[in-house]
Amino acid sequence: MTIEQWKGFTPGVWQDEINVRDFIQKNYTPYHGDAAFLSAPTARTLALNDKFEALLAEEHARGGVLDIDTETVASLCNFQPGYLDRDNEIIVGLQTDKPLKRAVNPFGGINMTRKACKAYGYQLSDKVEREFTYRTTHNDGVFRVYNDAIRAARHTGIITGLPDAYGRGRIIGDYRRVALYGVDRLIQEKKRDKVKLAARNVVAEEIRQLEELYQQIAFLEKLKEMAAMYGYDISNPAADSREAVQWLYFGYLGAIKEQNGAAMSLGRTMTFLDVYFERDLASGAYTEEQIQEIIDDFVIKLRMARHLRTPEYNELFAGDPMWITEAIGGMGEDGRTLVTKSSFRILHTLYNLHPSAEPNLTVLWSRDLPEGFRRYAAKVSCDTDSIQYENDDVMRPVYGDDYAIACCVSAMRVGRDMQFFGARANLVKLLLLALNGGRDEKSGAQIAPAGRRFEGEILDYDTACMLMDEYRPWLAETYVKAMNMIHYMHDKYAYEKLQMALHDTDVHRYMAFGVAGLSVLTDSLSAIKHATVRVIRDESGLITDFETIGDFPKYGNDDDRADHIAVEQVSAFHKALKAIPTYRNAEHTLSILTITSNVVYGKKTGNTPDGRRAGEPFAPGANPMHGRDASGALASLNSVAKLSYNVCKDGISNTFCIVPQALGADDESRYSNLCGIIDGYFGQGAQHINVNVFNREMLVDASEHPEKYPNLTIRVSGYAVNFHRLSKEQQKEVIARTFHGTM
Amino acid sequence: MNFSEIPTARVHSQQSLGAVDGPGIRYVIFLQGCPYHCPYCHNPDTRPLNGGDSYSVSALADRVERYKPYFGEQGGVTVSGGEPLLQSVFLAEFFKECHRRGISTCLDTAGLPPDAQVRAVLTHTDTVLCDIKDSTDEGCRSHFGTDLSVTRAFLVACDDAGCDIWVRHVVVPGMTDQDEHIRRIAALARTVKNLKKIELLPFRKLCSEKYTALGLPFPLADTPECDAAQLTALNALLTENA
Repeated sequence: MTIEQWKGFTPGVWQDEINVRDFIQKNYTPYHGDAAFLSAPTARTLALNDKFEALLAEEHARGGVLDIDTETVASLCNFQPGYLDRDNEIIVGLQTDKPLKRAVNPFGGINMTRKACKAYGYQLSDKVEREFTYRTTHNDGVFRVYNDAIRAARHTGIITGLPDAYGRGRIIGDYRRVALYGVDRLIQEKKRDKVKLAARNVVAEEIRQLEELYQQIAFLEKLKEMAAMYGYDISNPAADSREAVQWLYFGYLGAIKEQNGAAMSLGRTMTFLDVYFERDLASGAYTEEQIQEIIDDFVIKLRMARHLRTPEYNELFAGDPMWITEAIGGMGEDGRTLVTKSSFRILHTLYNLHPSAEPNLTVLWSRDLPEGFRRYAAKVSCDTDSIQYENDDVMRPVYGDDYAIACCVSAMRVGRDMQFFGARANLVKLLLLALNGGRDEKSGAQIAPAGRRFEGEILDYDTACMLMDEYRPWLAETYVKAMNMIHYMHDKYAYEKLQMALHDTDVHRYMAFGVAGLSVLTDSLSAIKHATVRVIRDESGLITDFETIGDFPKYGNDDDRADHIAVEQVSAFHKALKAIPTYRNAEHTLSILTITSNVVYGKKTGNTPDGRRAGEPFAPGANPMHGRDASGALASLNSVAKLSYNVCKDGISNTFCIVPQALGADDESRYSNLCGIIDGYFGQGAQHINVNVFNREMLVDASEHPEKYPNLTIRVSGYAVNFHRLSKEQQKEVIARTFHGTM
Repeated sequence: MNFSEIPTARVHSQQSLGAVDGPGIRYVIFLQGCPYHCPYCHNPDTRPLNGGDSYSVSALADRVERYKPYFGEQGGVTVSGGEPLLQSVFLAEFFKECHRRGISTCLDTAGLPPDAQVRAVLTHTDTVLCDIKDSTDEGCRSHFGTDLSVTRAFLVACDDAGCDIWVRHVVVPGMTDQDEHIRRIAALARTVKNLKKIELLPFRKLCSEKYTALGLPFPLADTPECDAAQLTALNALLTENA
C-alpha cells in the first residue's frame, strides 16, 4: 500500500491492520544520549505561555473557575472554535470557544452539573434543564437500580467515591491512530467489524456491541467535523511532525469534549511522535527548536484542559485534576529501550513552561533504561517535583511494551484494554463494622446483616480476623454489585463513543476495585495482636473507642510482623471480590490508591485501635501512617514493596517525600542516589513511587504566602497538584506527612 | 571459637537511608559508646558503652542485607557511633561478614590507636570517614578529648590497609573556623595517600532538643550555626594549593 503521508516509514503489518505498536517497533530510534540537545523555549512560546499563565492567575482569583457556559452542553461540535492566541498558536483546539471556559456536561448526572454551576456563582440554564427533562442520565439509571445495602454502604462511607454521579473516565483512547491512519481508515475498519459481527448469531451482548459500533462510527464522523471547524481535514493520515501532533491532539480534544471522565489519560504518545520528528529532522523539514516548540505548544493546550466539578468531588480528587497521564520511556520486549529524544522533550516542558501538575508525566522505569535518561529524570524530580515513576519491569511482562497508565497507576494496553473504574472500600470501617456485628461505628446503624459481634473486653487477633472474614464477603458483594450497576448504566447512558472508537472492537475489560486505609487497618490489627487493646462501648453497646496499652510493630518499618498483616488483608479482600461475577465478564483488579480522598475517608471513620482518633486522615494510598515509619526511608519503602503487584494489578501508590539534604551532599549525588532508591524499590517488585524533594518548612511557608510560590507543584497520590489548589485541610495533611530527613 | 566468644554489639540506632555518610546509598548503624566529649555532639545518648540493643554479627548483617537492592555499585553499610572502634572485636567480624555477603563497608570514626584489633577492622573496611576534630594538639585535647598524634597514626594505618579515606571536619563558628586552622586540616589531609575527599561539615543545632530531652546542657547553645556562605569560603581554602 503506498500512502503519500507514510513516505520514509518502514513498512509492516501496521499498514494492513490497525497496529500502532508495530509501526513504532519498525520505525522508532532509541536514544542513549543525555539532555544536551534540548532547545530553550522560543520567544513565541514564552509569550504564549505568559498569556496562559495570566489566565491561570485570573482563574485562581475567581475561586478556581474562570467562566462557565451554562447554555451549551459539551460535545465535539457544539462550540465555535476557540483560541488562546490565534495568530501565534502552532497546535489549535479548545474544549469551548474561549480559553479556560468550562462547558456543562450533564450526561453523568444533571444534579452534579447544577451543583457545580451553583458552587461557582452560576445557574444552569433553563435551556439545558429542558433538554435533560426527558433524558435519562447515567446517575438516574444507577439510582433506579441501587438496593438498600448499596445505599447504606455509600451513605456511611464504607464505600466512597463511586462513579455514579460523574463520568467514570480511566479509558485511554489510542489517539495515535488518528495521526497514523487518518479518520477515514478508522471508520472503514469499524464498519467492517460491524458487518462481521452482525453476521453472527446475535443476542444481547452482540446487539449492544452493534449499537456501540454504530455510535463509534458516528462520533468518528463528528471528530472530522470538529477538526474541519478549525480548518483541518483529518480524513487522511498526518503528513508531517506538526500535523501528527495536531491530529493526535484533535483525537484527545474530541474525547474531553465528549466525556468529563474522572481521569482522561493521554496514553503513550511521545515515542510514536518521535518517529515523525526523526523523519522530518533528517530531511531538514524541521529543526530541533521547531520540534520543541510544537511539543511546548501541545503541552500548553493540555494544561488548558478543564472539567466542571463540584466541591464534593474536589474533596476526593483535589486540585482540579484531569489526569492527562502520559507514560514515558520504558523498555521494549526486544530489549531496546523505548526512550527517544521526545521522552526528554516532554520532560523538558517542565523547564520551558515552568513546573505543572498536568500533563501527569509518568516515567516507566526499568533497571535497563539508558543512563542519560535516568539521570535526567532524577534531575527533573529534584528540580520540579512534577513527575512520578512506575515499574516497567513488573508491568511489561503483564501488558507488553505498548501499555499506558490510566489515571495514576492503572496500566492497560493502549487501544486494546479498557477498565470499569470504581472507587474504593474502606477496610478500616470493615474492621469496625465486623467488631460491631454489622453496625456502623459512627451512626450505630445496622448496615450489614446482624451477625456475631465482639462480646469481650480485650480484643484478640484471631477473633478480630474471624469477624472480618465473616463480613468481608458482604462488603465485596455489595461493592461488586454497585460497580456492575454503575457500569451497565454508564455504557447505556454515557458511553464513551469516541474513546472506544479509538480501541479495537473486541477489548479486554478490567473492573478496577480499590481499598483505602490499609496502613490504619494494619497497625490496628498489629496493636490487637502485639499490644493490649481494650474496647470501649457506648450505652447502646456499640464499640466506639479503644484503649491500647503497650507498643506494637507498625507498618512502614520493614518489620514483617506488621507488614505481613497488610499483605494478608489485601489478598483476602481481592479473593472475596473475585468470588462475585462482574458485568461484561470484566477481570477483577485491585488498587491501593486514594488520590486525596484519604482525608475524606478519615473523616468518615471512628476511633481505631492503633490510636488514631476519629476523623483524623488516613495515610494516602499504600503509604505507612504519617510519622510511624520511623526507621528511615528505605525501611518504609521495603514495607510497601512487600505488597504484591500480582494481587493489586490496578496499582499500588506510594508517595515519598525527602528533604534535599538527606538525598545527597550535592546535585550529582542526589540524582544518582535517587536513581539508586528507585532501582532498589522497584527491584523488589514495587510498582509506583511519587517523588517529592523539598523541605517541610517550604510547604509551611507556601501555605502562608502562596504568592511566593505560584508554580509550586507537588506529587500527592498518583498525580501532581499545584499546592495552592489544595484546600487548607488538605495542605495541612500533606505537611503532616513523613519527610525523610537526617539528624 | 566457642559460643561465649561470639561477639555481639551494642547498637544505639539504625537509619535505613544514609545518603551523606560515605559513597552512594548507605544503611547507617550507630553503635553505643564514645570516649570523647565533642561539644557539638549530635548523639549524646550514644556516649555510655552499655545501653542500646544487642545484636549478633549475623542478625545485624541480616538487617543490612534487606537493603542490598538499593546499594548499587557504590553504596553499602556505614557504621558510626559513638566511636564504633570501641567495639572493634565485633566490628572486624561484622565487616568481614558484610564482605562475605557482597556489601561494601564504611567506617565513620575519629580514630583510635591502631592496635592489632583496629587493624583487623581496617582489613575489612572499604572506606574510612575520619573525623579530624581540631588542627592542633591543644585544641584536640581541650575541646574534644582526642589526640592528634593518634589521628595521624590511625590515618597511616588506614593507608596501610588500602582503605579509601574521606577526611571530615566540623566547622564551629568561633571555635574551628579560622582560615589558618582550615589550611592546617587540609595540609594534614593531604598527607593521606588514599585521600578521596575532604568534607567540611557545618555546625548545626538540630540536636539541641535531644539535650533537653536527656536533661543535659547543650554546650554550644549560644554558638551560631555555620552558614552556607562561610562554608563556601572555607571550602575554597581546601583547593587553593591543591
